[in-house]
Amino acid sequence: MTSGRDALRTAGLVVGAGSLVLAAADPAWAQAAEGIREYGNFPVIGSRAAVWIAAQVHLMFAAFVLGVPMFAVVTEAIGIFGKDARYDRLSKEFTRLLLIAYSATALWGATLTFLLITLYPRFMSHLTGIFETSIWVYVGLFFVESATLYIYYYGWERWKEGRAKIFHWSLGILLNVWGTAVLFIADSWLSYMMSPPAEVTADTAPAQVQFWSAFANATWMPINIHRLIANVVFGGSIVAAYAAYRFLAARSEDERRHYDWMGYVGNFIAIGALIVLPFAGYWLGREIYEYNQAMGITMMGGFMSWLWIIQAFLIGVLFLAGNYYLWVGMGRIPGAERFTPYTKWMLLVLIIGVIVWATPHTMIANREELAAMGGTHHPFLGVLGVMSAKNTAVNLMILTTFLSFLLYRRANKRPAVSWSRQGTIVQGGVLGLAAAVVIFYGIYGYFVTAIVRIGFSVYQVLTVLAAMVVVLAVDLFMLRGAESRGAIRWGRMPPRSQYTLIILAVTFTWLMGLMGFARSGIRQHWHIWEVMRDTSQWAATPALGYAGVVISACVLIFLAIVSFVFWIGGLIEKPALARATSEAVGLSPQPAGD
Amino acid sequence: MTHVNRLRDYLRHPFWLAIALLVAAYIVFEFGVAYLPPLFGVRSAPIPDSVLLQYLITAAVGILIYVSDNEERWKRFKEPVGTLLVDPGLRWLRTALLVLVPLAVGWLTYSQVRPGVAAPVQLRSIHPAPPTSISFRGRTIRLTGLENPLRADGSIEEDYEVGKRVYYGNCLPCHGDLLDGNGHYAHGFNPPPLAFTDNGTIPQLTESFVFWRIAKGGPGLPTEGTPWNSAMPAWEPILTEDEIWAVTIFLYEQTGWTPRTWEHEGEAGAEGGHD
Repeated sequence: MTSGRDALRTAGLVVGAGSLVLAAADPAWAQAAEGIREYGNFPVIGSRAAVWIAAQVHLMFAAFVLGVPMFAVVTEAIGIFGKDARYDRLSKEFTRLLLIAYSATALWGATLTFLLITLYPRFMSHLTGIFETSIWVYVGLFFVESATLYIYYYGWERWKEGRAKIFHWSLGILLNVWGTAVLFIADSWLSYMMSPPAEVTADTAPAQVQFWSAFANATWMPINIHRLIANVVFGGSIVAAYAAYRFLAARSEDERRHYDWMGYVGNFIAIGALIVLPFAGYWLGREIYEYNQAMGITMMGGFMSWLWIIQAFLIGVLFLAGNYYLWVGMGRIPGAERFTPYTKWMLLVLIIGVIVWATPHTMIANREELAAMGGTHHPFLGVLGVMSAKNTAVNLMILTTFLSFLLYRRANKRPAVSWSRQGTIVQGGVLGLAAAVVIFYGIYGYFVTAIVRIGFSVYQVLTVLAAMVVVLAVDLFMLRGAESRGAIRWGRMPPRSQYTLIILAVTFTWLMGLMGFARSGIRQHWHIWEVMRDTSQWAATPALGYAGVVISACVLIFLAIVSFVFWIGGLIEKPALARATSEAVGLSPQPAGD
Repeated sequence: MTHVNRLRDYLRHPFWLAIALLVAAYIVFEFGVAYLPPLFGVRSAPIPDSVLLQYLITAAVGILIYVSDNEERWKRFKEPVGTLLVDPGLRWLRTALLVLVPLAVGWLTYSQVRPGVAAPVQLRSIHPAPPTSISFRGRTIRLTGLENPLRADGSIEEDYEVGKRVYYGNCLPCHGDLLDGNGHYAHGFNPPPLAFTDNGTIPQLTESFVFWRIAKGGPGLPTEGTPWNSAMPAWEPILTEDEIWAVTIFLYEQTGWTPRTWEHEGEAGAEGGHD
């Protein structure tokens, strides 16, 4: 019943929001708005903060509802083709969280639309004048996407076997297609604000702007790809946090087993996608630089540069927490003890990596410290402040995290193939070689010009990616038909491991808000870069402290609502789920999730 | 020998090992970084407190991860803490800590908030974003993609000599004889003048950026990212365009750095960006 009401409410909100967007898209309405006023005023916190919070919280929910279907459909496929009912059950549980989160997404989407229309009418008039067609398609996709989701979820038990199950799975794929289309359309609006085509100037009327040129602008595709991957990371981490919450609140061994496993799968997805996320982020950053150098310098070397130090810290937390969770989890895997002596060395690499990555180039120092250093750059540690050092550090951290996964995966397995020793040597050699190449280019980068150095980071990235592909391919063949050293003792995890999952989710959420501010903030006093200037009282780019407060408020709002979603999720089908889980886990002879 | 054995036993215990590692990390960061590199002829300096704190927090997190990623080690790590809290024989230590810990926190808080005469430390971004174009003595110069025109014609040696004359006539008092930011007036400025010998300065920048900074100085810095705290004068009314380009050549030739180059023609802004 609750879900049915959610469906109605969602549809109502979507229609409401859509109608307003359509109204704003109407040229007559837009002209009227232009003639009347440029800006509205929101009480107490101001227009900018109001739109900022609404957009950020909406985006967090949107990331969740777009990310979760991606791996729900993958886990369902594992359930179908791997004939493991647990994955199917897991997939359904992911999707159930979606139903409730959809309502929250629509609610915040509608709030954002109302606020934009009332507070920034001139800007909205311009935007809707260009993008009216895509706005209509966007609204249409809401209906199709919502309908697909409901059929997907409520048809789960009906289309359970044989071809019907494949049909059901294809609905999941369709859901992802709609979701991705929605994402790509919305990205075109915000990326247009950052990188409008060169032919658009302050004097260009919206009707004269070529739609496709504005839609597929310079930063559109990098943002699409970056967000697609980030949504998977975000969705995975929130699902893992949900599982952690349910694990900590569990009253039976069965529940603990199920949610321990669910947390592992969610975290696996999050960290797995996180490994490739920096590469997509690098592409986006490079496109921003190529589009406009001033914007690039503002982002990386100018007043936004301190965000990257904070970001380095937060990503350091992610890498450390992700690895820590795996290492603690090895305590419940028979045979893992043979790998525990190596973890301290991996930890050392990670800690040195975080230290290097978070070392600021321009240090915060008092007068005496500045005098001792001879400037704001430390004479010895200054070398760690540039991209050569940072790229090297992050690539080595990625390789180390990959190695952790590899050891975790192999912990309870004994390879059956005759060439396992040679295979392991090859894997070690490939990883060692990749690390050597990364370090080589890191050091060589200090001896070449900046423009050459930028190219080195591409070699480092490609080396790491290639090494991971080769090592994983060897691993897959080597562990085929491997003997088990014993089943994973799911549920035997200390509470601190679950708090780690919650820390991961909070960090991801905060990071998303922080980098969202960076991306949006580099436009500075422009609504649309060098096309439409922000002439409101909120035009100045906010200071880091203020931004930190607003971002934290967004995170708290999101987490509060998500906690409510988790609680609701726990009320639905709880007895049935526990029963089904118990049966499924009990029947399975092989450890899963590995 | 007994002492060595006792020390070894202590270090085998996760709790005391953690304490030892933290102390070792502090010694390395506080003293090692400042004094070890000079032994090998490499210049160094003490780490600012803000960075030291950052490093120590990272080290502490790493140590906590190490002691708790294994159940048995975690249990042993907690033993001394548990003993301290409940052992009747350690009542004196409990009482002492109960007094000392709040006092230490109080002292730290006081030392952070007590008023002082020094200017507060602040976040400072070093590279302002350059404008797309500037007006120089009434002429518009587009900075994006701009190369030093003197490199295309004339002799670098001659330009170097002109640049040298300009530098020693105007820049020396602040930026110093060695271009290390240590001129006669340098100690009067906070932050100190830029050291061109630092690889984080001019090698990171295009010559057009350097031209803009010399021409417009502190007063021409962009409004975003303020306060910049720059005492650099605007040289536009004093130096000609060629003199500024010449002194730019001098800076790079004298330090041995190579200016940052632009992306290959057609790559930058290939999508038709506003640059």
